[in-house]
Amino acid sequence: MDLQSLTYLVVGASFALYIGIAIWSRADSTDEFYVAGGGIHPVANGMATAADWMSAASFISMAGLIAFMGYGGSVFLMGWTGGFVILAMLLAPYLRKYGKFTVPEFIGDRYYSNAARGVAVLCLVICSVTYVIGQMKGVGVAFSRFLEVDYDTGLLVGMVIVLFYAVLGGMKGITYTQIAQYCVLIMAYTVPAVFISLQLTGNPLPQLGLGSTISGSDTFLLDKLDQIVQDLGFREYTTDVRLNTVNMFAYTLSLMIGTAGLPHVIIRFFTVPKVRDARSSAGWALVFIAVLYTTAPAVAAMARLNLMQTVEPSPGNYLAYTERPQWFKNWEKTGLLAFEDKNGDQLIQYSADPAVNEMITIDNDIMVLANPEIARLPNWIIALVAAGGLAAALSTAAGLLLAIASAISHDLLKGMLVPEISESSELRASRIAMAVSIAVAGYLGLNPPDFAAGTVALAFGLAASSIFPALMMGIFSRRMNKQGAIAGMLAGIGVTLFYVFQHKGIMFVSSTAFLGDLPANWFLGIEPNAFGAVGALVNFATAALVSRVTAEPPPEVRELVEQIRIPAGAAVARDH
Amino acid sequence: MPKLDQQRVHAYWQRNLSLVIKLLVIWFTVSFGCGILLFDFLNQFRVGGYKLGFWFAQQGSIYTFVALIFYYTHRMTKLDKEFGVEEE
Repeated sequence: MDLQSLTYLVVGASFALYIGIAIWSRADSTDEFYVAGGGIHPVANGMATAADWMSAASFISMAGLIAFMGYGGSVFLMGWTGGFVILAMLLAPYLRKYGKFTVPEFIGDRYYSNAARGVAVLCLVICSVTYVIGQMKGVGVAFSRFLEVDYDTGLLVGMVIVLFYAVLGGMKGITYTQIAQYCVLIMAYTVPAVFISLQLTGNPLPQLGLGSTISGSDTFLLDKLDQIVQDLGFREYTTDVRLNTVNMFAYTLSLMIGTAGLPHVIIRFFTVPKVRDARSSAGWALVFIAVLYTTAPAVAAMARLNLMQTVEPSPGNYLAYTERPQWFKNWEKTGLLAFEDKNGDQLIQYSADPAVNEMITIDNDIMVLANPEIARLPNWIIALVAAGGLAAALSTAAGLLLAIASAISHDLLKGMLVPEISESSELRASRIAMAVSIAVAGYLGLNPPDFAAGTVALAFGLAASSIFPALMMGIFSRRMNKQGAIAGMLAGIGVTLFYVFQHKGIMFVSSTAFLGDLPANWFLGIEPNAFGAVGALVNFATAALVSRVTAEPPPEVRELVEQIRIPAGAAVARDH
Repeated sequence: MPKLDQQRVHAYWQRNLSLVIKLLVIWFTVSFGCGILLFDFLNQFRVGGYKLGFWFAQQGSIYTFVALIFYYTHRMTKLDKEFGVEEE
């Protein structure tokens, strides 16, 4: 069977599986799923959280970015896993104890203010929409390749499918569907990695293969890769610092605290049966995430090595354009890979020097999807990777869209503006909010501010600078009051947005950037993707300052803080 | 639930905080420390084909994070019982 039909088949089968599980579990036992006590085991919840959380950025994009960033790509690996430590220790158990429905609801109650709740809604919508832009980029890349169309068309198809999927709604809330999605995506990620690791090093575990020697030689894989990239003028793979140490530090920190501030992840911890389970759920989630995250560096390095050796089979000998492999031709159709014969010799020169380099476009986001083809793995594996990438993108996009929808309908409309809203109007409002978010994110996704993982990093920066500090201070400081929290959130997200917009363009439309996206213009050499760390500091500092000169919170709020700090007396988990 | 006395709750919270701080020091050391600030220094050592700093940045820190959360969960479960603040 040819690759395209096989892809349709595998993707179709995986979708049928998700829908089947959704229907089966719904008809069967709604109560068991939602009501506490009979509840979801922390391991199951951890797996579902992992599926929710690992998106197109983790699956499709990240390893490709690492492949071209080398050591610098570690910011994603440490940032997107280290955040769970913060989440487990600083937020999850307390938010579970509090036991409400949404993040803005907690902020509104803790800071005894509808204004605080409104600001939280605003921050949540800004980060979630940015996050969805990143997903759209990933979905667009995947669909453009498998439908063999250009990126813009692929994106459009992706938008329709994501909308359909999210509006189906319930599917996302059902833990067993997400467990199935996790299984599909982790298999799709690890199976090709195992094969490639075996091919290159003879070691089936990619985590060990990356540290092994190349089959039939004494050279370590990483040393060989360092050698090859340096020969073509690139920086050494294993020591290639992302800009500078300060930037690496800020980037990692921004992703870590952003992880702990993203609404769709936090929400999952509201629904576990017990406070204790909130802690261990975070641990299990990280176990399941770590399976992918420790494999990714191997995928990255091996993909880079395979790519380099395809283009330059032996030192100084480049591949002739007419002999380029099928995957090369396929990706050329999407416009995400392009060759220009600058010296007219019909050979594909690949070099770090832009004057000589003839691989003029290699969109980093194609690497994970192209990887099994580059390694000449069988078609069924390539089809599996497609299904995995879509599972990752769809589950996260749907989760985010639901977070946006509930913030608008539950917090903004029902909670603040029109408390008497009917249930059907609330539902309609949430569907409209989803559709508008997809349209905005899809439109901005036509010219995304960065690769998928970079765009998602921006979203994390925005969450880091706004929601995380407000939540943390709400738990750890009895003295923090509404004025402090509101000023902090506005200052944090304001500074971060301003910095991002001045370099990436207003609403990421690059023509409106009033300062170019150039390292020379960056504050302390920190790139916009990493600026959330600075925004978070601004948030904490502003909040501390303002709360000191304004009235203390009322006694009942101090009582509330005391209460959430101890597990005893937690209410049953709420239906989601 | 009987009302817990203030002092006990306070002591529980202090123990929780000191545990969290200790674990966050480790969290910081393996990632920001070994993976970024001490990266060059550690790279003179090797684990198989990995330079040590690179290994921490792309593998070791992640394994440590997992261990940290489970250790925290384990300790907190004991602490909850010790202070009688666990859920029924």
